[in-house]
Amino acid sequence: MCRQQTSRRQARESGMNTHKKTSDRPPSFARPVGTVILKGQFLRSLWAIVWKDLAAEIRSRELLSSMLIFALLVVIIFNFALDLDPKTRTSPNVTAGVLWVTFTFAGTLGLNRSMAQEKDRGCLDGLLLAPVDRSAIYFGKLIGNLVFMLVIETIMIPVYSILYNVNLFNPGLILVVLLGSIGYVAVGTLLSSMAVQTRTRDVLLPLLLFPVVLPVIIGAVKASSAFLQGLEMSEIWPWLNLLIVYDVIFTAIAFMTFDYVVEE
Amino acid sequence: MEKKPRLLTILDVVSVVILGLATLMVFFYAPMEAVMGNVQRVFYFHVAAGWVGMLSFMTAAVAGIVYLRTAKRSWDIIGVSSVEIGMVFALINVITGSIWARPIWNTWWTWDPRLTTATIMLLIYAAYLMLRAGIDDPNRRARFGAVYAIIGFVSVPLTFFSARLFRTIHPIVIGTNQPGSAGAFDMTPLMLQTFLFSLLAFTVIFIDLLWHRIRMGQLADTVEQLKMKASGG
Repeated sequence: MCRQQTSRRQARESGMNTHKKTSDRPPSFARPVGTVILKGQFLRSLWAIVWKDLAAEIRSRELLSSMLIFALLVVIIFNFALDLDPKTRTSPNVTAGVLWVTFTFAGTLGLNRSMAQEKDRGCLDGLLLAPVDRSAIYFGKLIGNLVFMLVIETIMIPVYSILYNVNLFNPGLILVVLLGSIGYVAVGTLLSSMAVQTRTRDVLLPLLLFPVVLPVIIGAVKASSAFLQGLEMSEIWPWLNLLIVYDVIFTAIAFMTFDYVVEE
Repeated sequence: MEKKPRLLTILDVVSVVILGLATLMVFFYAPMEAVMGNVQRVFYFHVAAGWVGMLSFMTAAVAGIVYLRTAKRSWDIIGVSSVEIGMVFALINVITGSIWARPIWNTWWTWDPRLTTATIMLLIYAAYLMLRAGIDDPNRRARFGAVYAIIGFVSVPLTFFSARLFRTIHPIVIGTNQPGSAGAFDMTPLMLQTFLFSLLAFTVIFIDLLWHRIRMGQLADTVEQLKMKASGG
């Protein structure tokens, strides 16, 4: 409501010429031609989508709680499945491996839920009907999913430190977690919006996502373990570069192809 | 119904003949490799199958891009056809490689970057086929297939790169399964000729199969339309 008023006012202020151009469109589409204002509109709709996801989650908490419990269960299962002696258990290689498997699995759960919610309650159709750029929807969902994933990671890292008695408070590790999560979520958001529209749904997402996201997992595991071992930066850079390159390439591809995935 | 094109029939015959010739060349024309012996002969078809696998997945990705731009159904048929054919050849590639690796590397499988990438590639395209199988609406199936074919194909080089980085940093593995280090050999001219001929043979077979599969896809479309017409009255 409020947004519509401001955009109308902006349209009026920006003069008659632009107003004439846009006057043949319905009123909610009426926006002046001008990159600055368009960019503002993009950011505003982006923020609206992110906020919608966060608000829904703050009220229901069903996504974060299920991700968190699942992540804890994975860590517990690993403890017994690997049955490691205390020395191996705290070694950087094992820690990085277990952490990333946990994040990957919990992440799939979150991605599936977040998209299934949209689909089940018909919110996706509403979003698509809204006069916003499709890429705003993609980036909005991406940021929402990223926030969920980062929340789980910020909880899981201290919990893991306590359970396994290792010190994981390492700025390098935090950087890797951020880069890895961006890559994972960038592809995951796109693929989960495909997966929810199929018959097999939840089952399909890991099958689609894991083979494609493997470079992220490899890079993140190696970089995390290198930071925990305190290796030289020259040995860590290749992995960080891999993560950055993956993030850039796949965000770009997902951004370009998202339109086709949500098209009706 | 359209008749089978004459050129396709010719291509069928050429494929069979050229595959027979390639097989003969592999067994009788190419000399026996001095160190590895007869098992080295698997190399000719192994690399050729791998090449066709890559070629078909590339075709699928390109068809995906063109489909998204033009929304023409024929490009979707090309995409799914080449993925199906590519799966078969990639599988041949992995299996023949395993057969060769057993006597030469003394193991069926190592986590070498090429082996890892080839397997991940198979899994990506298996997921592609499962994705398509889960969608009823043909347009959506085509769009999703195109998007996933592009994403999958772009991720393959990154997987290869990361797997190679993974292994080169690991000092234990270096030397034992670095590609080329164990089981490498220099090709004699006769071997090279056989190798190139196998590549040619497999490429011709690929084109022939692709053509058949595309025709099949078009016929399936026609059948679907006729069914709709019949049921709709």
